[in-house]
Amino acid sequence: KAMVAPVLLLLLVAAAAGRDALREELLLSPLPAGDVAATFQFRTRWDADLPRGAVSHYRLFPKALGQLVAALGVRELHLALTQGFWRTRTWGQPPLQAPAGAELWVWFQPTVTDVDKAWKELSNILSGIFCASLNFIDSTNTVTPTASFKPLGLANGTDHRLLRYAVLPREVVCTENLTPWKKLLPCGSKAGLAVLLKAERLFHSSYHSQAVHIRPICRDASCLAVSWELRQTLTVVFDSFSSGQGKKDWSLFKMFSRTLTDACPLASESKVYVDISPKNKENELLEVTPTPTSVHEAVVQGEKKTYAVYDLLSPSLFNTSRSLNVQLKWKRPEDSSELPIPVLHAHRYVSGYGLQTGEISTLISNTHPYRAFPVLLLETVPWYLRLYVHTLTITTKGKENKPSYIHYQPAQDRRRPHLLEMLIQLPANSVTKITIQFERALLKWTEYPPDPNHGFYVSSSVLSALVPSVVAMKEVDVEQSPLFTSLFPSSDGSSYFVRLYTEPLLVNLPTPDFSMPYNVICLTCTVVAVCYGSFYNLLTRTFHVEEPSRGGLAKRLANIIRKFRGVPLL
Amino acid sequence: TPLIIYLFHFLIEYAELVFMITDVLTAVALYLAIQDYNKVVFKKQKLLIELDKYAPDVAELIRTPMEMHYIPLKVALFYLLNPYTVMSCVAKSTCAINNTVIAFFILATIKGSAFLSAVFLAVATYQSLYPLTLFAPALLYLLQRQFIPVKLKSKSFWLYTVQYAALYLCSLVVIICLSFFLLNSWDFIPSVYGFILSVPDLTPNIGLFWYFFAEMFEHFSLFFVCVFQINVFFYTIPLAIKLKEHPVFFMFVQIAVISIFKSYPTVGDVALYMAFLPVWSHLYRFLRNIFILSCVLIVCSVLFPVLWHLWIYAGSANSNFYYAITLTFNVGQILLISDYFYAFLRREYYLTHGLHLTRPDGTEAMLVLK
Repeated sequence: KAMVAPVLLLLLVAAAAGRDALREELLLSPLPAGDVAATFQFRTRWDADLPRGAVSHYRLFPKALGQLVAALGVRELHLALTQGFWRTRTWGQPPLQAPAGAELWVWFQPTVTDVDKAWKELSNILSGIFCASLNFIDSTNTVTPTASFKPLGLANGTDHRLLRYAVLPREVVCTENLTPWKKLLPCGSKAGLAVLLKAERLFHSSYHSQAVHIRPICRDASCLAVSWELRQTLTVVFDSFSSGQGKKDWSLFKMFSRTLTDACPLASESKVYVDISPKNKENELLEVTPTPTSVHEAVVQGEKKTYAVYDLLSPSLFNTSRSLNVQLKWKRPEDSSELPIPVLHAHRYVSGYGLQTGEISTLISNTHPYRAFPVLLLETVPWYLRLYVHTLTITTKGKENKPSYIHYQPAQDRRRPHLLEMLIQLPANSVTKITIQFERALLKWTEYPPDPNHGFYVSSSVLSALVPSVVAMKEVDVEQSPLFTSLFPSSDGSSYFVRLYTEPLLVNLPTPDFSMPYNVICLTCTVVAVCYGSFYNLLTRTFHVEEPSRGGLAKRLANIIRKFRGVPLL
Repeated sequence: TPLIIYLFHFLIEYAELVFMITDVLTAVALYLAIQDYNKVVFKKQKLLIELDKYAPDVAELIRTPMEMHYIPLKVALFYLLNPYTVMSCVAKSTCAINNTVIAFFILATIKGSAFLSAVFLAVATYQSLYPLTLFAPALLYLLQRQFIPVKLKSKSFWLYTVQYAALYLCSLVVIICLSFFLLNSWDFIPSVYGFILSVPDLTPNIGLFWYFFAEMFEHFSLFFVCVFQINVFFYTIPLAIKLKEHPVFFMFVQIAVISIFKSYPTVGDVALYMAFLPVWSHLYRFLRNIFILSCVLIVCSVLFPVLWHLWIYAGSANSNFYYAITLTFNVGQILLISDYFYAFLRREYYLTHGLHLTRPDGTEAMLVLK
């Protein structure tokens, strides 16, 4: 009874300020090789008009991000900090992938006049909020893609000049990036699913990616008003060998060294989904304890999947024990069946020898047996790798494959990177190879990073595709379905949207000798002075017959000694 | 430059042929130029002998038509068979086109046509900024040919200078405007001339600039860029004052200074001034260090690719090795030019003062620069 009055007050205030709702969800998916992927999603939806109204009361939506969106005219913001690489070939298609390092892409409102200035301010403010070196984002690593990265939320018109995309592949993610990310959650890390987010277990993993997505969505089916959605996602992959001690049995305690005790009191929905989809249409080979609250079936990424659902808000869950420790056990000992190959996967590498030239090759595989589909490839290469665009070749099955759309923006030294966007048709069951040659530049000694022989990173290239799905998919209702199905908008039921990233590349550049600046200046100026001296002599002096000299000091001394010896003088 | 890009739009399939033809054209232009120059030299020598300007015992220094007969052929062969020329032809470097334009400019100047000389000089300046300094020797030669003495108060001198300068500037303006109409923007000016002057790209070459600016402190970068660029243009006026009687030698020294100190030198530039060396073969007896310098140049040319391979491909050397060879090569070139300059001045002294010099007391004298 004592709780009623504050709750009523809360509701009243909420009604006055615009309703906001929090949904939290954890998805545990076992991966074919015995590893397990855990994806947390925290979605705050706020029915307020951020850009226009002067909003002063923030409840669930974090004030730092709300003020950012309002002040800088941001329409969509996607920031991801990732460590590791999602191995699509062995782990399958990722629910949401991000490139290694820090990735930031933003759509600005059409009312913003100076997009570059707003972009610079935005990256600096985000750098402060997330304790990441996002302030290194400048014109040398920012590009304006023309076809990739279409808005994921509501969009009136898409003028690509309002879009900016930057990747910092050298960024390292650690605890001090996790802490401010957790602080943005309404319950912090004190209640709900966020209690599992402990740094010492999360960073002991093969892949760790935390992201923030802000976008406008329709308030209801009629779409007359706009709500703002903030999704914070964290994906972590635990390796069966390093975290699991070689065994394939997983539990929440084994993964996070914590168990769930309650749901976040501010959340309207708090669920744990475990992927128990059977492979090869057999019985389930995964056993989950305790018994799930319900079982949910959905078509995700073109396949029919079954999920065991634990609803933390249902009172029956915590009846038997105070804490929830979901355990996954494999029924059969060693599952040595072949790994299911995802429909679309890519691999990128750099080849060549020596420090002068090289070649970047990208291999894109379409393993669908009979459907062909186009893929949009976006490559950003730093200016100091000078691409020879006339050497760009795209071959599929030995024949040349001409892309239907190419956009190339050449680099300007020290000002902007190369941008190459291509729409390539991938025939069914084929591997497409894209190669381009480049030349390496010599930089000024101050432009090298602290360990210059480690190399320079080339950020991952982005592949965006609508992959045809095996099973027909229904239109998802964002409010009713799990969060992991509603991140990307689906246009029709026959294909789903996938964004893949390739590996980042590490390329060595020729280095000058860093210990030599003073020596080089002296030696070069000496050579110039040799020329100056010789010419000065020849220009200002004239030939004269030599005067017989009386003798210098040495000669006179020698003569004195000779006189003593009685020898003829010089 | 825009016009060259436009030209190659049509010629790109025949690129090898084009570069071979430009080399042959350069050689032919040099041949004709030196042939004419020999006639001028001989005429001038005859005039000075008749005017009794020479000392009595310099008979062995006087040049005869017999010895000068094969010089034009030697010049053409020196250019065509020079390994540097062959290398820059194989590499299809646009330096070959620059050389052709400069060779035609020299031919036009020596033939005495002020208009053609101004036009070719404008094209050469348009291509790379530095041939601007060749304005002075060309002007001096043309004045000499018109028998106009170089006196600052003389009206005819100023008239001719202004005429020639006007021709040159107008052709330059016309060419730049043509490029503007080709591209519809003035962007090519900072891209071409701003690039030559501000040296943003540090790709290793045979010059001194790249490593210097790779290791330069940011604070002084602008200062040293200005110093290095002024260094190229700086020798023009003093050389003009000293060598106003000998404009072709002045041209040779100027071309050499340009090819040593320009911001992005290539071996093709070196080949151009080396082609002139047979013209001064009569100075051989006065050269002091020719053996050492030729050894230095040959050894450095051989070591350049070796140390480049060791740095970039083998990884067992570092950039300092290649830089050292750059320094040595440039010192060798500088000493070669100053040696020839010394020899030239010494011969001039002997011509006017006699070959066997005696001191007042009758003993043999030494000659020094004081």
